[in-house]
Amino acid sequence: MTTDVTTTGVSSGVEMRGAGITAEERYFLASQWQLMWRKFKRHRLAVVSVTLLGILYVFAITYQFWVPYGRLTKHEDYLSASPSRIHLFDTEGRFRGPFVYKLDGEIDFNTFTRVYTEDTSQIHRIRFFQKGESYRFWGLFPMDIHFFLPEEGGVVFLFGTDSLGRDLFSRTLAGAQVSLSVGLVGVMLSFVLGCLLGGISGYFGGATDMLIQRIIEFVIIVPTIPLWMALSAAVPAGWSPVKIYFSITIILSIIGWAGLARVVRGKLLEMRESDFVIAAKVAGSTDMQIIVEHLLPGFMSYLIVHLTLAIPNMILGETALSFLGLGIRAPAVSWGTLLKDAQNVRSVAVQPWMLIPGLLVIVTVLLFNFIGDGLRDAADPYK
Amino acid sequence: MIGYIVQRLLYAVVTFWFLSIVVFVIIQLPPGDFLTSYVARLEQEGDIIDEAEIEALKREYGLDATPVEKYLRWFGRFLRGEMGRSFEWNQPVGKLLRERLPYTVLLSLITLFFTYIVAVPIGIYVATRQYGFSDYLFSVLGFAGLATPNFMLALILMFLFFKYLGISVGGLFSSEYALAPWSLGKIWDLFSHLWVPIIVIGTAGTAGIIRVMRGTLLDELGKQYVITARAKGVAEGKLLFRYPVRLAINPIVSTVGWQLPGIVSGETIVAIVLSLPTTGPLLFMALINQDMFLAGSIVMFLGILTLIGTFLSDILLIVVDPRIRFEGKT
Repeated sequence: MTTDVTTTGVSSGVEMRGAGITAEERYFLASQWQLMWRKFKRHRLAVVSVTLLGILYVFAITYQFWVPYGRLTKHEDYLSASPSRIHLFDTEGRFRGPFVYKLDGEIDFNTFTRVYTEDTSQIHRIRFFQKGESYRFWGLFPMDIHFFLPEEGGVVFLFGTDSLGRDLFSRTLAGAQVSLSVGLVGVMLSFVLGCLLGGISGYFGGATDMLIQRIIEFVIIVPTIPLWMALSAAVPAGWSPVKIYFSITIILSIIGWAGLARVVRGKLLEMRESDFVIAAKVAGSTDMQIIVEHLLPGFMSYLIVHLTLAIPNMILGETALSFLGLGIRAPAVSWGTLLKDAQNVRSVAVQPWMLIPGLLVIVTVLLFNFIGDGLRDAADPYK
Repeated sequence: MIGYIVQRLLYAVVTFWFLSIVVFVIIQLPPGDFLTSYVARLEQEGDIIDEAEIEALKREYGLDATPVEKYLRWFGRFLRGEMGRSFEWNQPVGKLLRERLPYTVLLSLITLFFTYIVAVPIGIYVATRQYGFSDYLFSVLGFAGLATPNFMLALILMFLFFKYLGISVGGLFSSEYALAPWSLGKIWDLFSHLWVPIIVIGTAGTAGIIRVMRGTLLDELGKQYVITARAKGVAEGKLLFRYPVRLAINPIVSTVGWQLPGIVSGETIVAIVLSLPTTGPLLFMALINQDMFLAGSIVMFLGILTLIGTFLSDILLIVVDPRIRFEGKT
């Protein structure tokens, strides 16, 4: 087997300029990243997850177009309405395209809750690419086109409405923007912190290593939720949503970097004595050059795996904090703030659809975990 | 071995010191100091406080000192067990903690045992049936368990119990036992309430341990000594438990301490949703009301709890890993 491989390796080098490279030869010519991509593609679940997550992110980034209503628009006649039913055929069985019936709201005086019934005599068809509420796309371009809207006078709430009559579907997509980006931004911050501190720790060793190691140990030992709670409770209430968003992200990454720093340190210790590092030193490279140019690329794949698996923790952390009212605050929305409305059993029992944002949290975290699994298998393509 | 213990102890002391600094920062973080809010509250209630009195209070609490002096004073008091006063409850912080902390410790430890007792056998079972139905079932359950925020799991369980069984789960005692003195009935009542929070808090940890146990055991089972033993006709049960399980269980047992921060963390938020009489809701209320001495002390004690747990699990390593036990003797 071994001799076989060597001969092919050599001959492929010779025949490289010639035409007709076989599949086996392509394997030996492929770069590390190409090999990893090939191995990743074989993990079906991970590939599907990447696609789904990509779609989710596209929806989140361009949410203003996909939602029928603004995230703060109140429909006072439709408080706590259950998810709208989309029909295709009317009562006589005729195909009418997607449509909703007119909703009649009444107060049930026995239970003092609102009951909505469909008035089958009035049909509101759902139209696509309609003019509706105007908005500023990405806060820049004034637009008023929505992907779908019911005809004049009708309402459509895909996920129902909350107790103030706000469309939960619109709010969930708006919240996706915050919830999905918190993980990415937080992980980027952790990445910088982790690489820097882990790198210093592993490369220099000695007293610096000792100190950083103790800090890492401390961060790992301290229970995260209480610490996050205490830190985010100190964020002043009067701050703007953007400022609060960044403070929460920073608070989340204060914990996240430690695990990463550990990985970086371990790998550096392993590679620090290797020949190519000594060669670089002899050639006159500075410490920084050696770390950034020679050592970091060597275990970049492991870092990416670690980062992918760290994102879910950040998303869950943000959700938990916002759920308690210590994270993102109104009027900004995130999946956590939406779940805040479902805080007690009674509200969950009356409006179970308020848990839908929670389902999205679970789906997102699952997708990230599947991708992380696929990446882990691919991280070492030479195995 | 003694050297190892001393080293671990020193590390723990350093970590404790870091913890105290972080907690001190947390106490100092909110804008204004507690005296300002205290005075504001008294004024709201109609009391009039003159400047001299405020100055006296300032001196008494050392509010005019530098941060380092403040820290040293606070830390010194903390070590002597004086943790200040909770303005919200108008009680010493120590007294409030004595009421609540034991439940946090109890709940965390029982959850820890629960996770291991459930996860290790399932991990072994699943590893021996790789790619079987149960393997996929527990993989799916495990992934779902890791992905569900535990406060949401608590909400869903509460909802299901409420809707289908008509009972409200929450708290640790039924109303008739809540204020009653300790008795057998009360203990039984406590345990009948404990299992919901235990399941909710323990799910994520259990899922994690099952995955690790499955992975390491599969690695062991693929090794040649297992194949040799099987070829020589060793019975399957003996073959499994004699070496592979013992080896695979090692990394799990030695990381017992790492589970604790996660459990304490989950306990805090689940306790708020299920309104358990533990430190979680107390911390939450303290933070909302900026009752910072109380909040800081709770974070401190939760940190100390996990610190002790980690230290003990480091010591446990000596028991399970002979390489550390015999280090220095050779």
